[in-house]
Amino acid sequence: MTEWTFLAADEQDTERLGAGLARALPAGSVVGLDGPLGAGKTRLVQGLATTLGARREDVVSPTFVVIHEYAAEKPVYHFDAYRIADDDEFLELGPDEYFASPGITLVEWAERVERCLPRERLAVRVEVADTTSRRFTLTAFGPGYQSVLDSLAADLDGRST
Amino acid sequence: MSGPGTTPASSPRYVLTLETTCDETAAAVVIDVPEVISSVVASQDALHERFGGVVPEIASRAHVERILPVIDEALAKAEVSLEDLSAIAVAHTPGLAGSLLVGLVAAKSLALALDIPLIAVDHLQAHVYAGRLAARRDIYPCVGLVVSGGHTSLFRCDSPLDFVHLGSTIDDAAGEAFDKVASMLSLSYPGGPSIERAARNGDGSRYAFPRSFIDDETRLDFSFSGLKTAVRYQLVGPGHADFAELELDEQQVADLAASFQEAVVDCLVAKASLALKQAGLNTLCVGGGVAANGRLRERLADEAMQSGFELIFPPMSLCTDNAAMGAIAIERLGRGETASLELDVRPGLVREPTAPTGG
Repeated sequence: MTEWTFLAADEQDTERLGAGLARALPAGSVVGLDGPLGAGKTRLVQGLATTLGARREDVVSPTFVVIHEYAAEKPVYHFDAYRIADDDEFLELGPDEYFASPGITLVEWAERVERCLPRERLAVRVEVADTTSRRFTLTAFGPGYQSVLDSLAADLDGRST
Repeated sequence: MSGPGTTPASSPRYVLTLETTCDETAAAVVIDVPEVISSVVASQDALHERFGGVVPEIASRAHVERILPVIDEALAKAEVSLEDLSAIAVAHTPGLAGSLLVGLVAAKSLALALDIPLIAVDHLQAHVYAGRLAARRDIYPCVGLVVSGGHTSLFRCDSPLDFVHLGSTIDDAAGEAFDKVASMLSLSYPGGPSIERAARNGDGSRYAFPRSFIDDETRLDFSFSGLKTAVRYQLVGPGHADFAELELDEQQVADLAASFQEAVVDCLVAKASLALKQAGLNTLCVGGGVAANGRLRERLADEAMQSGFELIFPPMSLCTDNAAMGAIAIERLGRGETASLELDVRPGLVREPTAPTGG
């Protein structure tokens, strides 16, 4: 499938989705994350990275320093484009090296640097449904990511809407 | 080593210190009293205020362009030449890898060319050392609170160079929360000063925002992500909304800013006090950009008076990122701890994995 929606009732559900992504995404994956301030983008990354063995206390917002790296089963590269002004500035950080590495790269505020991201990727949009619940819309760009969505949906079956 | 009031047996040792951990490109010349002779910071806040009230230039290119003029200016202001230097110090951890590299490469090149020692500086230890510089005397052992756009951490500081980590934010740094809430309220960047300004006419008790972990005496951690989200709900409720289109009256903004600031300050004051109690120490030294916040200073001063601990705040210019605090290099030089030219940057966030959970 190319699009799949997950309704998270609370933050634990958001972390469950992150854990599901950790299981479904192969090394070398790139995931773009978009949604308003306070939607739970960092929380999703926490669920993913800790499932792969990163330490919970290490996974914090990278807004200020732009890139965090977490040592894990597969290394996790956590970008935040919130403070990035333009494509040039993002490209100076050498994102292509991260995209090509055998880790999992996540980019918060991805739409700000959309043209710099690989054509094939998973796009995750978070919407605030009410004070605790969140709607995650996952869109696969490329066949590889379509199968990621298939296995993710099977894994988290029953939680999807 | 010579000190104030003594006649130096020889001329002082000059150390050039460099700081490029994040946005600021900075250089300073210090002597081994320790004392700061000159300090230059090329800040990008004013130059690069951009959309959404965010985004100073973070690219390492900016550091590359600025580092040599900044070094030249620091030397010129100190009226010393490269040949007068006894050592080169550089902040190599923590920070943004590309930015750290610019400072490190510059420092290594100078150390090699001048055949003088290279000294590694830990940026967080340096933030606490800014208080030591301001106090002009030994302040250790103390509890160090480093609170900025990128960090919110508590340390037991046994000496300038011996820190034990006590607690940190588990999500957003305090300064980051200031920036993001300022952006929601359509206030200018950086968010610290603009929230503080707006809050002056506000009622800090109007909105009951969350204070994570404040009653949990078992941990010295912080969490500001939920607070940011709570401000969001107060503003727009659930659903996607463009903050720029909100119509808020001035009093509402003032009350929101004041209530938010009060919540952050409550957490910082509570955990710093708890850290002092648990560590059995009587001195608190606060560093980092958020240490420039007037409300935090006021509330900590009250707490210090009531609880009878000693409070040390660097002046504003030493709170935000600067190279003067790199004077901590004097302490390493004193210990004979120079770095090899193999010294690498340590962005500070790559650690050993624990056993994977889940399956």
